[in-house]
Amino acid sequence: MTLPDLLAGVIFVALNAYALLGGADFGGGVWDLLALGPRKQRQRELIANAIGPVWEANHVWLILAVVLLFTCFPPAFARLGTLLHIPLSLVLIGIVLRGSAFTFWRYGGAGPEDVEQRHWGVMFAVASLITPLLLGTTIGAIASGALGQTGGGKGAGFFATYVAPWLNPFTLSVGVFALVAFAYLAAVYLTLEAPERDLRDDFRRRAMGSGVALLLVAALALLLSRRDAPLVRERLAFAPWALPLHVLTATAALVAFVALDRRRWRAARFAAAAQVSLILWGWALSQYPYVVPPDLAIADAAAPPVTLRLALGALTLGALVLFPSLFYLFRVFKARQPSSVVRHP
Amino acid sequence: MPSLLAARSQMGVSLAFHIVFAVIGIAMPLMMVVAERRWQVTGHAIYLDLAKRWSRGTAILFAVGAVSGTVLSFELGLLWPGFMRFAGAIIGMPFSLEGFAFFTEAIFLGVYLYGWDRISPRAHLLAGVAVAASGAASGIFVVIANAWMNAPAGFELVNGQAANVHPIAAMATSAAFPQALHMTLAAYAATGFAVAGIHAFLLLKDPGNAFHRRALEIALIVGAPAALLQPISGDLSARHLARHQPAKLAAAEALFSTQRGAPLSLAGWPDVRARKNRFAVEIPRGLSLLASHDPDAEVQGLDAVPVEDWPNVPAVHLSFQLMVALGSYLALVALWAGWLAWRRSDLAHNRWLMRALALATPFGFVAVEAGWMVTELGRQPWVIYGVLRTRDAVTPMPGLIVPFVTFTLLYCFLGVIVVWLLYRQIIRSPTIPEWRGFYMRGGGPR
Repeated sequence: MTLPDLLAGVIFVALNAYALLGGADFGGGVWDLLALGPRKQRQRELIANAIGPVWEANHVWLILAVVLLFTCFPPAFARLGTLLHIPLSLVLIGIVLRGSAFTFWRYGGAGPEDVEQRHWGVMFAVASLITPLLLGTTIGAIASGALGQTGGGKGAGFFATYVAPWLNPFTLSVGVFALVAFAYLAAVYLTLEAPERDLRDDFRRRAMGSGVALLLVAALALLLSRRDAPLVRERLAFAPWALPLHVLTATAALVAFVALDRRRWRAARFAAAAQVSLILWGWALSQYPYVVPPDLAIADAAAPPVTLRLALGALTLGALVLFPSLFYLFRVFKARQPSSVVRHP
Repeated sequence: MPSLLAARSQMGVSLAFHIVFAVIGIAMPLMMVVAERRWQVTGHAIYLDLAKRWSRGTAILFAVGAVSGTVLSFELGLLWPGFMRFAGAIIGMPFSLEGFAFFTEAIFLGVYLYGWDRISPRAHLLAGVAVAASGAASGIFVVIANAWMNAPAGFELVNGQAANVHPIAAMATSAAFPQALHMTLAAYAATGFAVAGIHAFLLLKDPGNAFHRRALEIALIVGAPAALLQPISGDLSARHLARHQPAKLAAAEALFSTQRGAPLSLAGWPDVRARKNRFAVEIPRGLSLLASHDPDAEVQGLDAVPVEDWPNVPAVHLSFQLMVALGSYLALVALWAGWLAWRRSDLAHNRWLMRALALATPFGFVAVEAGWMVTELGRQPWVIYGVLRTRDAVTPMPGLIVPFVTFTLLYCFLGVIVVWLLYRQIIRSPTIPEWRGFYMRGGGPR
């Protein structure tokens, strides 16, 4: 494994962490929007209390991935920024509205029970729904190999260069997939955080429902990839690692389902996280050795070795601070007590 | 609107918006920690109340700062792919370090805000210290990256491409220390005086209110020393400019011709066509004295660089004058307050001081914005001084006016909401007469 490969791997680990942690925070927003039934209010409180202490730290995984990308692979960052200008700008608007609306909702009023503040809750929920959708379409655009030097040979012109690569049936199906995956993760995590049995069962049903939906959307994306993402599809079907990976993913999905069925919440959380991570690594492997398929390889996009070595050094040092701090954060808020007793300052 | 202007405007609006929250994110945690520590030592419940109220405000401001900072990190690629392609490998390092510092800040802010009754008082205070320290560190790292754009180092230019890249040498650029010092002090001064100003305004109506008196005290402890030190750090920055970015200093001072014993011009309106600073008050030899600490030293004027490499002289000059004027006002008020405190007089009952402080509420932030205008507009037409022109760094995507207008509207909307929410927080401030402040014990730390 070369140094550029190693750093590309590290960046992908950061993205994976963002999907599992930040993604679940978006998923929480989706369930806030879809809160239903007699326990509607308690569902929303549970979600907000679960997200509150951790969402900002979870969000930084994305920033870390972005700064590492432009440090270690500047041409890739420049190209993604240029060709995906529109969806990334929309993702940013979603991120800004989600984060600020959540804080306005929780801190702006007299307290969390301030009903006047609920319109911020609605904005938080809607932004949580739209952002993963757009984030997914950008992933779809990268995977489909439409972001080549000349706009992927889809022709010249504004639409062909700046819109068509990310706005087509395949990329939209990846967007929906990201949204459903985040909602699934959130529902699985929330079964563990809910203090009472009836709330746990609410999210158990949601987790199982979204798990099935995830399977259907995955099948749809795979079907659409025939036309729009031949490179990735080819690899996902025929590469030597493909079969073991699919078997592992299917096992994780099955374990998550059985664990949810038997109310083994911790096992379900672990299996669902593994399932989503395996899917992400399947994407990464299928487009290796390209950062931006079909023509920008990891080795060609890499910064000079001195930069990569220093970045690796900074990562090691940073990890020494980061991991104990993260461990502490999650131990304080996610270990023993259910999150619903978190009090607001 | 041309693409380049739209891209620059969007970046400018994003930075101008974000910097307010970044500055508060650096200084506000320090004030929370001081208040909490005082509560733990004295047991006065007022200090606990202060720490909690300030942390509520910080929660809102930090969240907006975090998301607007995310926008900026993406905008580097969305608007300036040419810059990132050239500079990413050289100057990505401080951004990566900033990523970690910001991570630490976000983690411990979560612990601080939500951990009041989950961790020991000692651990809680330490979490606050971690937020304050990592907030300052992340600001310093970002300013180092900007300093490199002003005084590029750590690479060689071979056929328009960077070669022999050395990221550590790039971070050690000569502009890094003066700029980081100036910005960090500015953060404490601006936030300290903004908070002090609000409480001074409320003390004008109710000078005996113990809550506002304690708040004023802590805000001045954070803001006043920084405001006093800022002129010294400004001098350091000006001397650095004289050596490394003469065009920026010449524009800031509206000095059109290179001369020995250059005068310092106050105010005035630079007439670029006539190459004159009209209506200015000139202090003979003042600029030479400031720039080189020698009244007869030669100072380079704008004539030292070709006209097409001039920044927008009136904008840079006026921003510079505004920053210096407001900074001087803050330093003088800090001196006054310090003198009164040293004489052990009652600050809150000195109505003129309270008026001066209340007037200063926005001054620090206006000075911060003006200072950034000097740095950024003064560097134009270069994005990397002397190396890469801004127009060569901009994205080829057409229609950049659309994202510019969209983000401007978004930030206006958020700005109005944040001001409204903070106003409501302040309105709900308690009315605690002085005598209660001394006898109302909070039981102290558990």
